[in-house]
Order: sequence, then C-alpha cells, then structure tokens
Amino acid sequence: MSKKLKKRLWRILAGAALFIAALCAEHFIKGLSYNIVLALYLAAYFAAGSDVVRDGVQNIVKGRALDEKFLMLVASLGAFFISECSEGVAVMLFYQIGEWFQSYAVGRSRKSISELMDIRPDYANVVRGEEIVQVSPEEVSVGELIEVKPGERIPLDGIVTSGRTSLDTMALTGESLPRDVAEGSDVISGCVNLTGVITARVTKPFAESTVTRILSLVEDASSRKSESETFISRFARYYTPAVVGLAACLAVVPPLLTGGGFSDWIYRALAFLVVSCPCALVISIPLSFFGGLGGSSRAGILVKGSNYLEALSKVETVVLDKTGTLTKGNFVVTEVCPAGYDGDAIPSEKRDELLAFAALAESASNHPIAKALLAAYGQPVDRTRIKDLTDEAGFGVSAVIDGHRVLAGSAKHLQNHGIGFGAFSGEQAGTIVYVAVDQTYAGYIFITDELREDAAEAIGSLKRLGIKEIVMLTGDRKETAEAVGKALGITKIRSELLPDQKVDEMEVLLSKKSSSGRLAFVGDGMNDAPVLARSDVGIAMGGLGSDAAIEAADVVIMTDEPSKIAAGIRIARRTVRIARENTIFAIGVKAAILVLAAFGQATMWMAVFGDVGVAFLAILNAMRAMRDH
Amino acid sequence: MIKTFILEDLDCAHCAGKIEEEVGRMAGVTKSTVTLLTQKLVVEAEDGIAGTLLADIKKIVKKYEPDVTVREK
Repeated sequence: MSKKLKKRLWRILAGAALFIAALCAEHFIKGLSYNIVLALYLAAYFAAGSDVVRDGVQNIVKGRALDEKFLMLVASLGAFFISECSEGVAVMLFYQIGEWFQSYAVGRSRKSISELMDIRPDYANVVRGEEIVQVSPEEVSVGELIEVKPGERIPLDGIVTSGRTSLDTMALTGESLPRDVAEGSDVISGCVNLTGVITARVTKPFAESTVTRILSLVEDASSRKSESETFISRFARYYTPAVVGLAACLAVVPPLLTGGGFSDWIYRALAFLVVSCPCALVISIPLSFFGGLGGSSRAGILVKGSNYLEALSKVETVVLDKTGTLTKGNFVVTEVCPAGYDGDAIPSEKRDELLAFAALAESASNHPIAKALLAAYGQPVDRTRIKDLTDEAGFGVSAVIDGHRVLAGSAKHLQNHGIGFGAFSGEQAGTIVYVAVDQTYAGYIFITDELREDAAEAIGSLKRLGIKEIVMLTGDRKETAEAVGKALGITKIRSELLPDQKVDEMEVLLSKKSSSGRLAFVGDGMNDAPVLARSDVGIAMGGLGSDAAIEAADVVIMTDEPSKIAAGIRIARRTVRIARENTIFAIGVKAAILVLAAFGQATMWMAVFGDVGVAFLAILNAMRAMRDH
Repeated sequence: MIKTFILEDLDCAHCAGKIEEEVGRMAGVTKSTVTLLTQKLVVEAEDGIAGTLLADIKKIVKKYEPDVTVREK
C-alpha cells in the first residue's frame, strides 16, 4: 500500500469513528444539545472529506461543475441543508471509502500483473577479457559472451557456446516442463537457468530481446481498448450530465407545480446526485479486461489488445494451418514394410536391413525425408559402405551398398529402372519411399509428419466450446491432408493450396460467417503473414523465439500447443462475461435506484449503496478475471 | 511523433478519462490514450509542439489529479 493510500485510509477511519460517535450521541444520549451533535457530524464530515470539499470548491471556481467531487459536495451539503446530517456525512464517508477501495484495487491488480510478468532480468554477467563483469543487460552488445549460473535469469537472447542445463520457461510459456539446452542451442531471455552454468554468445541487443518484446507487448495491450470499454466511456460522458439535469428538475419542478414543500423533493434530487457517478462502470470494465490479459499471459497466451480478447470471445470459425500447427512439421518413419511379408509376421532383422539400405542410400541428401530415414536408422553412417551414389532429382537415389545396388525413392523411380511391383494403394497420410535391392523390389518405408500430441484434444475442445466451423488449410497433398483431418476429427479440409489461394479461401470463409461472429486463423507465423493479417484474429503458435510470429499475429501462443487456442477462447469468453455482468449490474442497480428515488421510495443510504456498493462489487467481480479457474 | 508519459499515482478511472479527453483536445495533438492500469499516457502529436508538450500535459493533469506526477518515459 502506498503512503498516499495509507494516509487516506487513516482519514477515513478517523471520519468513521467520529461518525459513529455522532450517531451514538444523537440517538442514545438524551437531552444532548443539538449543536454538539452537529459539531460531531461536521467533524466527521471534514475528517473524511476535506480534500473533496477543497477540490469541489476549486472546481466551481474554475467552472467545471460536473466533476464528481463537486457533485458529492453538493449532495452531502444538500443533506445538511435539509437537516439530514447523518446522511450527509454518510455520503461523504462512503464516497471516500469507495474511492479508496478503487485505488487499492487498481494498485493491487497492477502489482499482481507485474509480478506475473516479472521476467525482466536485472543484470548480465559478461565475459570481458579475463574477468566476468556484472552489468545491466542494456549495456551488453551483440557478439559478447555472457555467463549464466543456476538460479539466474537469462538476460539476453543468445546461443549456448559451452555448458548444458535445463531452463524454466514457465513465466514465458506457462509450460512447467523444463527445457534442456546444450552447446549450439538457442536460449531465450527471461527463462530461468535451473541446473548448470552455461556461457552464451549474445545474438540480439536487449531492446530487441524476447523479454523486452514480450513486456512491451503486454504493457501496450490494455491501450488497445475493446468495444465494451469504448461504449462505457461514451456512456459515462452522457450519463452524469443527464442525471444531474434530472436531479435539478426534480428539485424544482414538482414543488412549483404542486405547491408542496421543497425538502422532500430536494432529498430525492440529492439521491440522484449520489448515483450520478459512473465510477463503478468506468473502473470495472477496463479492470476486467486488464485481468483477462494478465490471466492469458500467465497461461502462455499473449493477447495484443483488449479488442483482440473481445474478438477472440466471439470466434465462431477457426481456420488452422496443417504443417507446423497441427503437425510438428518434422517427418518420422512410421512403418517399415519389407516385401513378401504380411502385417505382423515381419522379422525385425528384415526391417532393419531395409531401413539401413534406404538410410544409407539417402545419407548424402539433406531432404526432410532423408533426415527422417537417418533418424530412424539411428547409427552413425559408415561412408565406406556406400559407393556410386547418384541422386536423380525428383525421383530418388541409387547407390551401391555393401556390394548391392540399391534404389530408393518414388514408385516412378523404381519403374524407371524397370522394376515391376504392386505400388501401395489406399489412403496415404504421408510419403512412401520404395526400395529395390539388386533390381528386385524389396519393400517400402512409410514416412509421416507427426501430429502434435495435443492436436486431437485441441480440435475436441474447440468443438466442445461450440465453434461452428473448424477448417484446415494446407498446401500439402489431398491424401495427406485428409488422413490428418480424419485422425483429428476435422471434416472441412482445403488442400493443395498455394499461399495466395489460402487468402482466397479465407475470403470465402469470412463471407460465410455471421456478422457478429469472428474468424480466427492459426498458423506458425512463418509464411502465413497475409492470411494472419486477413483474419479477424490472427493466432501464431510457437511464439517463443520467433520474432516473425510475434510481429504478425494478434495473439501469440508461446508454446507449440494447439490446445491453447481453446484455452485462449475460454479466458476471453470469461473476461467478456465478467465485463458484461458488471455493465448490466451497475447500470441496472443505478437505474432502479433512480426510479425509486424519483418516486420517493429510495433513501440516501440506498443511493450510497448504488454508488459505492456497486463499485465495490463490480471491482471484486473484475478481479476474478485475473485468477485461474 | 508518439510520446509516452508515466502518470505516477494515477488511480482514478474518471479522472483518467478526463485527462485523456482534454489532452486529446490540445492543439497539435492527434490522439491521446490514457491507460489507468499501466499509468501511461500515449500521445500522438505534431513535432512542432514537442517543446511545450510535457509542460502542457502537466498543467492538465494537475487540474484533475493534483497528486499525480508526470514524467516522460
């Protein structure tokens, strides 16, 4: 709690104590002079609200009459004027309590969010000459070597030059599993080093390092305001003058028309003034969004603005890219089928032999398929076993391995060499490498792009959220796309698309959705910038370490987990729901009190609840948006 | 030019709105955004008023929230 806030709290407590004393004096001490009671009330009033009186008076002098402090001054003094002293003090006291609580709540959520985003490194240990110097991260230049000890935060992005360790990326990704790094791995600023000492070469200045980019992204997010926030500030602009105008009419017109006493009508008008402040709304709606933005960052989902959080809550179409989003984008061998065997009866030596032939034959290539074969082979390549290697681009390779002539590649490749065999038919969710040894068909190897572990769950939870359309776009072959779609439960698939055709598909989907619904595109942010830009909400995955993704998207998922899409939508919907609850609750209660007050059914105490109580409850509700569920 | 100012100790939503509005009406200012929760005022303005901008903003802020300190980021 800040000093200023503490001081205000003491004044409120003093005011409250005097107020209770005055109430007791008025009701329980018989025969006490009214002047003493009045003095006590006035003491309580000034203890709690002298600053409001001062500012209120200043505002009249400067001609800014609709300021809330001025309104409270009029409302409370008005109550004194019609001899409702206790209500006059109550208005002031509770107004101050409300203001104090507002400041307290704002400070609290600001603090908890900055703690949430407490990823800023304080210093860097730079290797300069023989010694290691501790400097601020801003002073380190690209190319310098930094040392990071266990327990320290990685200060700048870099590449490990020596040592191995595991890193805690929790604060950046929401992922609790540590990430292992060794010589040659990229390390990202903001992560905490857990186990070993590493030295890294700095690749980016601090201002461009991941940690700085993420922090500024989160800080700027709340300045992109949502429609609900804009609506509320517009509403507030008209609400206060309207209510004050009504109050003025209420105080003057009815008594003149009916010829009755003024004081009853003035009382009603004062109740109007008390509820004329839109504080509850003006504070709780942005606070809800701020909380939602903080909550999603904690889950490793960076939303670049309240407006995007709002759009995310309205998503009814989710378009996903296949490679790199639903699949890992790295190929693995999933089946090795030597010729002449059926299903499960294949001896493992035969499998190993086929794989070894294919892997060795492809060993000179750096095509993803070759890499997958070598990874499955899993042994160092003995170059002396391979002779006469030729690469027939687009078809396959041929080589002599251990004295056998081996062909590996497409069905066409083998046919070109005059080898007859029954090519695999049926649904293929990947690439097939056919192998022939000594001019005889030897079998095939099936290579697929691995699905991400949580891809099926990701689609399942999107469906459970009631997303109307889930569409997969890919440049990949139809068979592969359909097999992936089948495995994940996606029925709408557009395959074999060139980049510009993806944008066209997007246009079609955008024109089909309802006007209030939003379309989200999820990609890896690498080469889908136009599609990300065209969608209502562009979501990029695997944002950690990818500047392109952070730049291009509206929402950045820090990890490679498509299931975070649904998590993000859930947080967004919850945030928007809380904001809506607050809007309806605050406007509803205020309207009800205004109506009751106009008909003389509302006391000043109810009006105080309509102002301070509503603000209090709305703020508590807004703070819920920040918490995990 | 776009400038960011820190409004230290700003904690009243209503005042934040008013400061935003009045700074937005200043001559030469094209856009003003106050974010209560990060205590930031972002101003888009013509380069010509750069010299007097901070002083003018301080005046406006002082009017609504005398306890708030303004500094340039």
